[in-house]
Formats: sequence, structure tokens, C-alpha cells
Amino acid sequence: MAPPSRTVLLRGGRVIDPSQDLDRQADVLLADGKVARIADNITPPEGAEVRQLRGLVVCPGLIDLHVHLREPGGEHKETIASGARAAAAGGFAAVCAMPNTDPPVDDPAAVGFVVAEGVRAGAARVYPVGAISVGQKGEHLTEVGEMVDAGAIAISDDGYPVADAGLMRLALEYAQTFGIPVASHCEDRSLSRGGAMNEGAVATRLGILGIPAAAEDVVIARDLLLAELTGGRLHIQHVSTRRGVEMIREAKRRGVPVTAEATPHHFALTEDAVEGYRTEMKVNPPLRAAADVAAVREGLADGTLDAIATDHAPHHYDEKEQAFDDAPFGVIGLETALGLALTELVGKGILTLPQLVDRMSCAPARAFRLSGGTLRAGAPADLTVFDPAAEWTVVPEQLLSRSRNTAFAGWKLRGRALVTIVDGRVIWDQLSAGAAEEAHAPRSPRARAG
Amino acid sequence: MLAAPALGKDLVGLERLSAEQIRAVLDTAEPFKEISERRIKKVPVLRGKTIVNLFFEPSTRTRISFEFAEKRLSADTVNIVTVGSSVAKGETLVDTARNLEAMRIDMVVIRHSASGAAEFLAQRIPSNVVNAGDGRHEHPTQALLDMLTIRDHLGRLESVRVCIVGDILHSRVARSNIWGLTRLGAEVAVCAPRTLLPAGIEELGVRVFPRIEAACEWADVLNVLRLQLERMQGGYVPTLREYNRVFGVTRERIERVPRRLLILHPGPMNRGVEIDSDVADGPHSLILDQVTNGVAVRMAVLYLLAGGAPEKAEAAKHGAAE
Repeated sequence: MAPPSRTVLLRGGRVIDPSQDLDRQADVLLADGKVARIADNITPPEGAEVRQLRGLVVCPGLIDLHVHLREPGGEHKETIASGARAAAAGGFAAVCAMPNTDPPVDDPAAVGFVVAEGVRAGAARVYPVGAISVGQKGEHLTEVGEMVDAGAIAISDDGYPVADAGLMRLALEYAQTFGIPVASHCEDRSLSRGGAMNEGAVATRLGILGIPAAAEDVVIARDLLLAELTGGRLHIQHVSTRRGVEMIREAKRRGVPVTAEATPHHFALTEDAVEGYRTEMKVNPPLRAAADVAAVREGLADGTLDAIATDHAPHHYDEKEQAFDDAPFGVIGLETALGLALTELVGKGILTLPQLVDRMSCAPARAFRLSGGTLRAGAPADLTVFDPAAEWTVVPEQLLSRSRNTAFAGWKLRGRALVTIVDGRVIWDQLSAGAAEEAHAPRSPRARAG
Repeated sequence: MLAAPALGKDLVGLERLSAEQIRAVLDTAEPFKEISERRIKKVPVLRGKTIVNLFFEPSTRTRISFEFAEKRLSADTVNIVTVGSSVAKGETLVDTARNLEAMRIDMVVIRHSASGAAEFLAQRIPSNVVNAGDGRHEHPTQALLDMLTIRDHLGRLESVRVCIVGDILHSRVARSNIWGLTRLGAEVAVCAPRTLLPAGIEELGVRVFPRIEAACEWADVLNVLRLQLERMQGGYVPTLREYNRVFGVTRERIERVPRRLLILHPGPMNRGVEIDSDVADGPHSLILDQVTNGVAVRMAVLYLLAGGAPEKAEAAKHGAAE
């Protein structure tokens, strides 16, 4: 269980909070599970725990709009508890759990189960995403209102695209009553069917049936038109194509109520990574061509793609230990996302640090209307402290997720989460009190609850 | 005499072989052809070696050709034929790999419906692995026997124009032929309806003929691929009748060309669909030569993987080299 909330003074860090256009060295005081104040040289109240954070970044807690926690039904891959801990270790104060579990989260009882397990885990906040359709079969709308009452913050049939445009229209219309977005996995299965990687010369050489970019684009186009028609809030998940980014940009310009996300693997890797039939590179949507990756980066830079989400998709090792066609789609990402974003986007001049904080915290909070994403006084004390300069190597065995299917094993990353705080409780701590030097020491296999 | 380069541990495909390595196989196959003509068709080159033919997909021709090759080299062979669902195959593959490793076999010949399956196995077991066809990826010994057959008849592969006709999208034979032939200096083209051509095929260094008539005019050799009838459920071509009328290799089409157009087909053929019987059985056809050469090529591959040297193949066929 999580430790109780205490009064904590985070001292001397670089406080970045784009929600109030803040980027300066300051002290942050947390009390009663809320942000109390941000100012220069705050005198620590009596009994407060004081953390020296000079050289480190303090920001609103990171929020991941797209994770798969596999519980119920896939507990050998991940549980809500193990996923929430992995999230905390990656700097995420909150994650949104997709409903494609077994059974799927398509009724209020299942939503309640996810909420309860999330609370019990005492790590990152776990927000359930309910299914759009009963059984994720794409036929009948779920009891959206009941699920929202039980704690669902969005609906999605992620993992299974909504093939029926009429049903998608209904979802976008109906969800408006409850003020939640409809998150869309854009894939036309009649175009992607049988495919296992991006369609193109690499797939042709490897003899793998390809998934054309158009399989994603045609549904993005459809959903943008439906959002425009209905006024419903559309969130496009894991955008991977150049045309997809362009269409979303154009739709936003027209005022269509749309938000979108991109994953670290789609901004860090091209289809070339599949060479050698590397099943850890098998993802859906697939890793695309260099021009698509460039467009995704550009989309993140100009805000067309609002959020960085991991699409954390744990699989047991023996499921990936198969011939490429037979292996399941998906990679884990909770513990590498921040490092990849810092290395590949900030390190390469694509995003500034404040923009990165926006894409990983403020924008996700806005997109799904979640608490957090801000350090304004009175806001829940959800914070992340990271060292933008910490160099580390991704060692799968050291990750806290129950699964090891990372696409980035052996990658040297620059930047890592050190402390994650939820409701004023420290749920991940790589800093012993007052000793910032330890930031560079190897991490323990389990989070030390603060 | 310089030692020719060995093939390495495995033969997964032709994409990563050098021209020298490919030539080594073809040159080694030449002396081995004669063994099949003898009254006692056996030499002791692989005596004491255990070879497992691991077929996850039915393939009578390729399996028998490998089995003949193995037996003519005196290897002990075991055939495992397993057909299952996609996931079951995957699970079987890794488990089978571990079991084979535990049984200390020397070589595995694998046929699998998934691209990359041969490489998957090769990376996980110390035995030599020979790819007998993996998904839509490669079928290297088929391409090698095609190349040997062309070389036998034209005396060279350099500058020979070979057009591969048919279902390129699903064909492992096409990819191996493209790598092997281009590496030895042949010009390669493909001819198929656009629905049966994979994206970016031109980037593999081949030209594309959308019409069979133009392909016939250009080519010295047509390598006709089987239209995989089971694939047609997906509607890649409207009807078999239309396919034959628009893309079929017919006598009329090849006789319109003023030179002898050589015809290859890896079999089994759909007569009256991609190829007409009077072409398959006619004077242009090298189809039975391919079958004969298949055994010699596979003997050469097994011999080289077992550590044989091409320049000693002549001696090996007399039972002298081991």
C-alpha cells in the first residue's frame, strides 16, 4: 500500500509547468496531497521532508493515455499492480488502461474492478478506459454512462478498430452527454489483414505481408469527418503515418474537436528495425518509413500530436519467441518513454523541455480531462522529478514490468525519472533524501516507497 | 588453388550469399549430377550424419528431393511432417528447436509457412539449418536449381534475361531467384497483375512487366510460378479463366517470339491456368531438368554445409573426400 501523504518541500529544482508558463528554479511545497505553493526559498514548515533537487527538473506528473495492463485475463503478462509500479518507475503519475482485457472492460463492474485494483496498487493512478462496444465486437454501444459513473474516463475499442462507421458516429454522439472522449484505434482491417509490418521494400525483402499506411489513414479520415459531423471529442491513438499527421493538422485548423497521440517507438524507430525478423519490433500500427517518423516528430513539435503515449503492450517472453508472422503485436514502454523522449526529441532539438512536459503531462490531462497536468496551487500533488542528463542503458531484466518485450534493449538513453509523486505520496524514489548524487547510481530492482 | 568460400553454418537464403558462394554451390552440383546416373546411387560423404527434414507445411516434391540428396550422400534421415494452426506452429517451432538440439542432430532442413522461420531456427540451434522454404521469404535451393538449369542450357547466367511470371506477392521462389540471379549478373524482371506484386518490388533491382506479351519479347527465360489457388479466395485475380487469358504462358505467346524462350516452373503446375500443357510438355520446357538438378543442388548444399570444399567435390563423388 502507498505511504501516507506528507508535507514535502522540493527545493531548488528547475520547475517546468507549461500550464502556467513556468520554467525557473524554485521551491515547491506539497501539503495535504496538494501543491501548496511554488516560490523562491520557501522556509520548510515544521516536520516537512526536504528534498534537494538542484540540477533536476520538477514537473507535473506524467500521464500516459494509452497502456495495456492485461488484468483481468493476462496476469502472466502484467497486472494492474505491476503495471502501475512500472508506470511510477517511468515517471508516470497516471495511466489510462485500455479495455481489451479478457474479459474486456465493457461494463461498470469491470470498470470498478480496474479502479479498485489501481487504488490497491498504490502506485501510479490507474484510470479505466471503457469499451465502445459490448465485447469489443463492434456491434452495440456499451453502457457508457454507467461506466463513466464507475470511473471510466474515456471509451475505446483499442486493439479492435470500430469497423462500422455508424457505430463510431453513435459513440461520438453519445459520449458527449458524459463529456468524455472517444479514443480511436484507426485501422481498416480489410486493408491490414494478414500484414505484420509496414508495407514497403523492407517487408517485400523479408517476405512479410505488409500493412499499408492507408489502412490507418482511411480510418483517421473517416473519424475526423465523423467528429466534425457530430461535434464529439475524438482522440486518435498511436498515429504513425505522414498523411495521418497532415489530416489531423488540417482538421484542427478547421476546428474539429480532435486530439492525438504518438508513441516513442513510432518517433524513435523505422521499419528497418524489423530486419532479422525481430519480433520485439512487431507493433500495431507497424513501425513506418523514415518520412512517416519525420512527420510524427514534426507533429509532436507543432502540437498536432498532443500527447506522447506509450501503448505499453506487455507480452510474455514465449509469445514473442516465435516466427515473426506468429508473434503478437506490441512492445512495453512505460519505463523507457521519458528517456526516449528526452534523448530522441529534446536531445535532437525537436522539442524543448517545456514542450516535452506539455506532451507528456499537460496535454494528456487536457485531452482526457484528468486531474493533474498542472502545478497550480491547490492542484493534486502529482509530480515527476527527472534528471535530464542522467545516462543509462536499457536493461530489460531491470524493468519492473512483468514483461520484457522492449524494443530498446541496450539503448543508451539520456534522461530518467527519479521521483514520482501522486497525491503528495512518493510512489517512486531513486533519490535518497537530500542526496541528489544518487541519481546516477544504479537503481534498485524494486521501488523504494518513500 | 584458392579454397572457395564455405557457405557458413546455414543456408537461410540467397540474399546474404556472395556471387562466389552461389557459384560454389552450382560448381559443386555439377560433379554430383553424375551420382544420380549410377546403378548404385550412393557416396559416403555424409556417412554418420543425422539430418532431420522438418516440414511444417506439406511439400512432397521438395521433401523427396532433399531426402534423395541426403540418402545419396549416405546421411541418416528422419522426416517430421507437422501441420497445425498458425500459433501451434510457432509454439512447436521453438519447442522442436530445443528438442532437436537435445538430440544432437547434425542438420535440419526446414519448411515453414512463416517468413523468417529458418533464420529463427538457425539462431537457436548449433546444427546446420537449410531453408526449404519459409513463408513468402526465400526458397534458396529452388533458386539454385533454377540457376543451374539455366546455366546448363545457356552456358552462362551473366546478362541472361529472366522474367519471373505469376504470384510474386506470395512467392518465396521469386525472392530467392531475384537475389541469386541478379548477384550472378542476370537481368531479372517480374510479370504479374499489380495485385500479386509486393510494394517496392522494383527496389529489389528488377523491372516490372504488366503484360505477359512484353515479358515474352524481353526475356530469354520465363520462370513461371504456380498461381496459388488457395490465395485466390482473397480475390487477387477475378477468375482463373481471366488469369489464363491475360497472364497465362501459352504456346501462342511464346511462339510469337522469334527465338527459343526457355520455360521453367518450380511445380506443381496448374495446367491451363498459369501455364498451358503444350508449353509445359513442349520443346521449350526445362521443367524435368529442374527436378533432376534439384537433387544435385541439394547434395551440393548439404556437402558444403558439412564442411566439404567445392574443389574436392569431384573426389567426393568417388567416395574419396570426407
